[in-house]
Amino acid sequence: MKRGFLESTFVGFARVVTRAMISEETARRRGLLQALDPRVRVVGLFSLVLAVTLSRKISVVVALLTVAVAIAILSRVSLFVLVKRVWLVVLGFTAVIAVPAIFVTPGDPVATFGFLTITEQGLRTAAMLILRVETAVTFTTLLILCTPWTHVLKALRAFRLPKEAIAMLAMTHRYVFLLVETASQMLESRRSRTVGILKPAAQRRMAARTAGVLLSKSIELSNEVYLAMQSRGFRGDIQILSDFRLDAWDYLGLTAFLLAGGLAVWMGR
Amino acid sequence: MPVLFELQDACFEYDGIPALRGLSLEIAQGERVALLGANGSGKSTLLRILDALHFASKGSVSFDGQRLTPELFQRDDYALAFRRRVALVFQNPDVQLFNPTVFDEVAFGPLQLQWPKETILSKVAEAMELMGVTHLRDRPPYRLSGGEKKRVALASVLVLDPDVLLLDEPTATLDPRSQSQVVDLIQEWKGSSKTVITATHQLEIVEDIADRVFVLEEGRVAATGIPPEILPNYELLLRANLVHAHRHSHGSVIHSHPHLHSHSKHEH
Repeated sequence: MKRGFLESTFVGFARVVTRAMISEETARRRGLLQALDPRVRVVGLFSLVLAVTLSRKISVVVALLTVAVAIAILSRVSLFVLVKRVWLVVLGFTAVIAVPAIFVTPGDPVATFGFLTITEQGLRTAAMLILRVETAVTFTTLLILCTPWTHVLKALRAFRLPKEAIAMLAMTHRYVFLLVETASQMLESRRSRTVGILKPAAQRRMAARTAGVLLSKSIELSNEVYLAMQSRGFRGDIQILSDFRLDAWDYLGLTAFLLAGGLAVWMGR
Repeated sequence: MPVLFELQDACFEYDGIPALRGLSLEIAQGERVALLGANGSGKSTLLRILDALHFASKGSVSFDGQRLTPELFQRDDYALAFRRRVALVFQNPDVQLFNPTVFDEVAFGPLQLQWPKETILSKVAEAMELMGVTHLRDRPPYRLSGGEKKRVALASVLVLDPDVLLLDEPTATLDPRSQSQVVDLIQEWKGSSKTVITATHQLEIVEDIADRVFVLEEGRVAATGIPPEILPNYELLLRANLVHAHRHSHGSVIHSHPHLHSHSKHEH
């Protein structure tokens, strides 16, 4: 039986969520980022993201994008994955905002199509926007791909982020899979009992019911999980075992990241 | 042995639906007890009451002479001491496995109880070794098989080395080898000071895991006794939905007999 629009959308969503969040394979490889302490990765890559957002020159942002690609290669991250899952997707989203800027930004005309005029300043603004977003998302993706989620959370904890926020992030990560799996099973079960093609209105009703049941299940699940946490001594204060240690390589990496970020901000001012 | 748990006319309901209807029982320290009952008989609710996750709406529940109340569990000192002594393995391991990796999962309890770091590391390693999950240390629990999840859930509780173990269907979803591993573990605790209370409807393991049996029916204790008294009582087990008539054929002759799945045999 052919999948309906809603079901296809959900299956696609489930695939994207699962792919986006499972990064252990890349994280286990031996590479530049993987060799660094997670706290250095978090600070270093965020300092580069900050440099991207503060730079006002296209050449500097291009240089930072080149740095991102170099880090990806040295960290054994597939460029194909970066192009397909990051650059093309980001381009699609950013272009929606960037393209109108080509025409509406006042400046020196480059070309005219009927009543639409492309300006040099418009092209620069659009290029800057797209490059900035692409570069910042690339750095963030590198952090996620090369660092197990647990280490990201522990690193954030090391920076005194509220424990409650960390616990929420951890639980969301954990249970999004369970709920996606439950929803998939519910859709499969419904398909196995459905004969013929449902009308769009019936499909929408079915989807709304499925969403309702899923919400009830997620509430029940969260209650159960809370009981399980209480049973093992949870009193509202998450305790985390942090065994990170900084060595000379980490200090070198941190210095390199901060220098690169600082240089980019200074040159791009 | 002194009485550890004492329930007198304990009642509990979920949103107006009664789960326990005036249940009374006593469990002594060091006893190995099986709670038998069909689905919905109140086994899981009883375990949660014993673990002070729920509190009786009527009647009383006492642990080691102390009446368990929500007010008592507002006190950190009592709550943590109780959690150190009593631990529950949930029926659905997905509920119990909420940490990002197996190691974090097993370390969760000791961390909450604020054990020293070195103790946590060694105890976690021991518990993972005991349940054969050391090789899964850095794996996220949601990517494990059903049996692996159950073994991690067990390790996450055994690491606390509690005095009282509450096990809700511990062998469900396990393959035969892992099942026998769990049964062996419970057998090893025989004669120790550990109190093990297991909810199950798998009659074939009862003789191995329990010295005393409570049969639950609609939130009450329908019968209690030692396994050799309870297990051959076909009428009782049939009434409690724990056995059914098994029909099959021998050549052209079709007949039926009680389906017990226990060590008992039937004659043709």
